[in-house]
Amino acid sequence: MICDFDIDLIPLKLLEMGCLPGNEVELLQVAPFGDPLYLDINGSFLAIRIETAQHIKVQKS
Amino acid sequence: MSSQNINVALIGNPNVGKTSVFNALTGLNQQVGNYPGITVEKKMGFCRLPQNISANILDLPGTYSLNASSIDENVVIELLLNRNDRLFPDVIVVVAEVENLKRNLLLFTQIKDLEVPTILVINMVDRMKGRGISLDIPLLEKELQTKIVLVSTRKNEGITELKEAIVNYKNLSTEPCLHASSIDPEYFDGLRKAFPNQLLYKLWLVVTQDVNFLNLERNEIRGQFTRSHSELKRLQQKETIKRYQFINDVLKKGMTINSELATDFRGKLDRVLTHKVFGYVIFFAILFVIFQAIFDWSSVPMDFIDQLFANLSSYVDAHFVAGPLTDLVSQGIIPGIGGILIFIPQIAFLFLFISVLEETGYMSRVVFLMDKIMRRFGLSGKSVVPLISGTACAIPAIMATRNIENWKERLITILVTPFTTCSARLPVYAIIIALIIPDTRVLGFLSLQGLTLMALYLAGFAMAIASSYLLSKYLTLSSKSFFVIELPNYKVPLAKNIAITVVEKTKAFVLGAGKIILAISIILWFLASYGPGENFKNAEAIVTEQVKTTQPDAPIDEIEGKIDAYKLENSYIGIMGKSIEPVLRPLGYDWKIGIAILSSFAAREVFVGTLATIYSVGDSEEEDTIKSKMAAERLPDGTAVFNFATGISLLLFYAFAMQCISTLAIVKKETNSWKWPMIQLVFMSAVAYLSALTAYQLLS
Repeated sequence: MICDFDIDLIPLKLLEMGCLPGNEVELLQVAPFGDPLYLDINGSFLAIRIETAQHIKVQKS
Repeated sequence: MSSQNINVALIGNPNVGKTSVFNALTGLNQQVGNYPGITVEKKMGFCRLPQNISANILDLPGTYSLNASSIDENVVIELLLNRNDRLFPDVIVVVAEVENLKRNLLLFTQIKDLEVPTILVINMVDRMKGRGISLDIPLLEKELQTKIVLVSTRKNEGITELKEAIVNYKNLSTEPCLHASSIDPEYFDGLRKAFPNQLLYKLWLVVTQDVNFLNLERNEIRGQFTRSHSELKRLQQKETIKRYQFINDVLKKGMTINSELATDFRGKLDRVLTHKVFGYVIFFAILFVIFQAIFDWSSVPMDFIDQLFANLSSYVDAHFVAGPLTDLVSQGIIPGIGGILIFIPQIAFLFLFISVLEETGYMSRVVFLMDKIMRRFGLSGKSVVPLISGTACAIPAIMATRNIENWKERLITILVTPFTTCSARLPVYAIIIALIIPDTRVLGFLSLQGLTLMALYLAGFAMAIASSYLLSKYLTLSSKSFFVIELPNYKVPLAKNIAITVVEKTKAFVLGAGKIILAISIILWFLASYGPGENFKNAEAIVTEQVKTTQPDAPIDEIEGKIDAYKLENSYIGIMGKSIEPVLRPLGYDWKIGIAILSSFAAREVFVGTLATIYSVGDSEEEDTIKSKMAAERLPDGTAVFNFATGISLLLFYAFAMQCISTLAIVKKETNSWKWPMIQLVFMSAVAYLSALTAYQLLS
C-alpha cells in the first residue's frame, strides 16, 4: 500500500493514474537489467523508472 | 423536417478503443488535418444520425485528464474551454473501457464539470463476462448524471444506441457529478466572486496550466490567484483524491467483480514477451519479418507498377501528337509520378505492421523492454516507437516523440530519428542496389540484394544510436526526468481499424509527396529542355559541324544522340549541374547525379524521378524502365556511370544525408527554434559527405 510520497518529485500524471496514498500497489515484473518497474497501481498497469519509484513510500498492507 | 448539423467530440484515455468507436460511427467519411499552427493531428468525421440529423464527429487526442502535459492534450483543453470555437461540441462523448473504468472515470468527472451535455460510452463490454464484471447501469447513470451506452466495437454492438443517444443530447443533464471546489472553499469562493460570469472549473484550469483562454483575463486571474507551483500541485492532488473517492463510492455500488472468473492471460503473455531472453528474441524476430516483407514480398507489385508506367510513357509517346506538351507528359510527369507510386506497396506494408504492433498493445512492452538499454545512449524506452516508425516516415515519427516526458531524451530522439531508413530512401536504395549488387543468393536462400538493403537499415540505426550517444555526452540540458507508460491489455487488432489506418496514411503520403514530385518533375523538365545562349540554340549546327570533321561517316542515329546530349549539357539544368560538379566529383558523381541530389533536397524520393526525367530528355531511344535507362548511362570514357564505387558512395550519401524539407519543418515546429533543424542539417550532411567520400576513394 502506498503511504506517502514527495509530491514535488512525482508527476501529476502518475497521481491521476491512481498513485495516491492509501491505494494498493503490486510489483508485477522488473524489466531486464533491473529497470523500469512494472506495477499494478490501483488497477492501472504502469511502468515507471526506479528514480521515480524511490520517491514513493510503501508499506505492507 | 429540415436537416440539422451538430458537433460531437469524442474524448477518452489512450487505449480505450476511442478510434474504433470513431471508425464505427464514421466509416471512411474521415478527414485528417492539422490544428492551425501546430502539428497535432485533427481527425474529423461525418456521421448521419436518425431524425435527419447529421453530426461532425471530432476525434480528440487521447488524454488521461484535463491537466495537460503535452501539446496533444492542450488541444483538448483549449477546444473544450472555448465556447466560441467553431468546433465546440454540442455534446461530448467520453469513451471509457470496462476494465479500466475507475481510471477512465477520472476524466469523465472533469468533463462533467464543464457543464456540457455528456454521454458515457463503456467500450469493450464483450470482455465483461471473461473478467467476471457486472454493472448496474441505472444506478451508475443516476450517480454520474449521464446517459451510459454499452458498446462493443468488436461485435458491432451499441453503435445504434449511441447514435440515438447523440440525437437526444438535449435531454442530458449538464450538472457536475461532484463539487471539486470543496477541497479549498476559501480559495474557490474568492475565484467565484472575482469572476461571477465564468465557470469555476474553467477558472481553475486556467490558473493551473498554460492554456490559451481569453488571454486578457488570464493574467488577471493569474495575478490575483496565483500560488506557488508546489501549493497548486498539492491542491491538484487533493482534487484528484476527491474525484477518486467519489468514483470509488459510485463503483462500489454499481460494479461487481467476481475475480474468480478472471483469467491471468495478460500476466502469462507479459512474462514471455518481456522475458530477459525471449523478449528480445521475439522483438528481433518481429523486426526481421517486417523487413522481409518490405524487401521481398513487396517487390512483385513494385515491378508491376514500374513496368506499367514505362508502358504508359511509351504509349503516350507513340499515340499523341509529337510536340513539347507530349514530351512534358511522357518525359516529365509520367516518370515523376511513377517514381512515387512505385513504393506504395512498401509503405502500405510498413504502416500495416506498425499499426498492428500498436493496436495489440505490444509496442508498450517493447518500450518497457528497451528503456534501460536506450537510456545508456541518452534515449528513452519510448524512443523505440519513433525509431521504428521512422522506417515509414520521419514526420509522424517525430510527432510520436511527444509522449517522451524528459525534454533532453525527447530532443535527442528528434535529432537522430531522420537517420533511420525512411520509406523515401527505399526507391533510391532499390534501384541502385539492383544496378550494382548481383542478384545472387548467399547460403542458397538469402538474397544478396536483400542483405545489402538490410545492412543499410542497420547502418541507419547504428548512426542514430551513435549520434545520440554523442549528443547525450555534449548536450547540457537539465530537465526533470519522468517516465510513465501504461501497459494496456492485449487485444486482437480490429481489421477495420488497421485497414483505415493503412489506407489513410498511404493516401496522405502519396498525395503529399506526389505534389512535390509533380512540381519538381515539371520544373526539371523545363530546365532540361531549354537553355540560355547560343550554344543551346545552335546545338544541331555545332554538333553536325564537329561530327563532319571528326567522323564524317557516323550514322544518323549517333549524330542525333550527340545532339541531344549536347543540348542537355547546355540547358539550364546542365549548367547548374556542371557548376556543382567539382564538389561532387570526389564522391564519384557526374553532373546529372548532382542535379538529382540537388533536387532531392526537397524530398529524397525525387532522386529516381529526376534521373528518370533527365535521362528521358537526353535520350532519343525509347528505353523502357528507369532501371535500364540508368544501367545504359555511360561516362565519356565509355564505362558505366553506376559502377560499384559510385553506387556504394551514393547509398551511403542517401543513408545519412538530411534531405527532407518537411522533416526540417516539423523539427522546427516541435523544438520551437531554427537552431535544432539547422544543427541537424549541417551535421547529417557532413556525415553523409564524408562517408560517401571515404567509400568512393577506397573503392575506386
